Amino acid sequence: MKIVVLMKQTFDTEEKVIVDNGTIKEDGVQFVINPYDEYAVEEAIRIKENGDAEVVVVSFGPDRTEDALRKALAMGADRAVLIESEQPYTDESFVSAVLAKVVEKEAPELILAGNFSVDNGAGQVAIRLAETLGINHVGAVTKVTLEGDTVFVERDAEGDVERIRTKLPVLLTAQQGLNDPRYPSLPGIMKAKKKPLERLSVSELGLDDISVRTTVTHRYNPPKKEAGEILQGDIATQVETLVKKLREEAKVI
Amino acid sequence: MQGRALILGERKEGKLRQVTLEAIAAAKKVTDGEVIVLLVGDGVDAQTRDMLAKYGADRLLTIEHEALKQYTPDALMQALRMAVDHTQPEVIVFGHTAIGKDIAPRLAARLGAGLVSDVTEIVQKDGDVHFVRPIYAGKAFEERKVEGLPVMLTVRPNNIALLEESTGRSVVEETLSIEIQDVRSVIEEVVKKATSGVDLSEAKIVVSGGRGTKGEEGFKLLYELADVLGGAVGASRGACDAGYVDYALQIGQTGKVVTPDLYIAVGISGAIQHLAGMSASKVIVAINKDPEAPIFQVADYGIVGDMFEVLPPLIEAFKKIQSA
Repeated sequence: MKIVVLMKQTFDTEEKVIVDNGTIKEDGVQFVINPYDEYAVEEAIRIKENGDAEVVVVSFGPDRTEDALRKALAMGADRAVLIESEQPYTDESFVSAVLAKVVEKEAPELILAGNFSVDNGAGQVAIRLAETLGINHVGAVTKVTLEGDTVFVERDAEGDVERIRTKLPVLLTAQQGLNDPRYPSLPGIMKAKKKPLERLSVSELGLDDISVRTTVTHRYNPPKKEAGEILQGDIATQVETLVKKLREEAKVI
Repeated sequence: MQGRALILGERKEGKLRQVTLEAIAAAKKVTDGEVIVLLVGDGVDAQTRDMLAKYGADRLLTIEHEALKQYTPDALMQALRMAVDHTQPEVIVFGHTAIGKDIAPRLAARLGAGLVSDVTEIVQKDGDVHFVRPIYAGKAFEERKVEGLPVMLTVRPNNIALLEESTGRSVVEETLSIEIQDVRSVIEEVVKKATSGVDLSEAKIVVSGGRGTKGEEGFKLLYELADVLGGAVGASRGACDAGYVDYALQIGQTGKVVTPDLYIAVGISGAIQHLAGMSASKVIVAINKDPEAPIFQVADYGIVGDMFEVLPPLIEAFKKIQSA
């Protein structure tokens, strides 16, 4: 079986985000595999370890994305494809079309991706890709079990759990709680250096003419929140003051 | 714009969700055209019809079918495509909910349309409509413009103000019949885990706990407080990683982003990844033993103290108000 994992390199979630003149500053920023995509990579490797599968990680991004792909290879993926572009594309329709082109060629039985990326946060790209390729998807999965070509998954639906049965081919997006991603081992890191990583460009895929469906017109940091008031007095007084302020000043109770 | 707007309406336990009314208000900011709400699955009761009319819907389109009573992408796509063919909308709005965010990208791909996800505000500039959305879980914001038609968006619950209630309006009703075919996902079981009826992302009040809750005992108090206030319970990554509660409750850059009217953070230090998920809440209360905790930097009101001493009298005080 072939498994394709769609992944993206993102800012570490502990990083501050500073917008300068409409551009997000990247100086000194620590980049990681998007945490949700990391669950997807881990799940693919576990499926491979329980049976027989080839795991291909695919990403669309700038040159630095190689680090994230190499980490996935070090975790246990077999090979990687990077569609390289220094231009920071944000339009999900475009990104999805680019990835779909590669995934279509790979023709996997199973596609795994993150539920959303912690930077753009839209959660569109993978689901659009499933529709483009005409395959079913289940979003926000917290458990995956394969039995032949039948796939049992659990999906997080606003706190409730849906138990779903479907068939390959299918695209699943990984939700938190799916697994606990491993750290790459030292031999894994050494091996990853030699694993194949194919670089492609948007032109090579024949996608120069694809137009974007949305454009970013403005980017900014939200106004800094002023620290409020630390209530004084003993606990009983503080509680009383808080309730009073929530009712009379903030009017939220 | 003058074209029609189509909104995927959602109900929970038979009741219309507030986010559907917010989606109507959002559509009205984009177009002056007719606003059509689609409801699928069950028939529609008088209360739902009344709410839709009061808050700006012009037309109610119903598609009833057994296969639409539970969500699967395949079945809902068939209903949506039928509704789109029937109404030819220029604007399509969803709530950014478990269903909305899961189906909107599929429909957008099918229609070759631009979709702006998780919209919190809609602004007009130089005759164009710009959609404001958080990026990096609210550490920054961006504005987007959609090229071509239809314009599609999902709106984040609790952010777009409802239209003013107007009485004496009514909706034109229409029912379409559908054959649903080839549904590739089968829902075998739904395990209800959400403890209260209030969904975390839609809740007006969120009571959230961190490592300082020390586990089950602390969260018991949080649930009690949430119950009294009619709110939902959330948690920090620390509390989830420690196994105190399910990951479904996690608030932060990983996890959910919430923007309630009132956010009460209990025993949460306020790591940057957590702050991203809640700092846009309207009013923030922090209760923490450590006066240096970064959560106090974003809190409107802070109590420095042990939650086990603060929460019981606080719960009692709120109970008194509710019964008054």
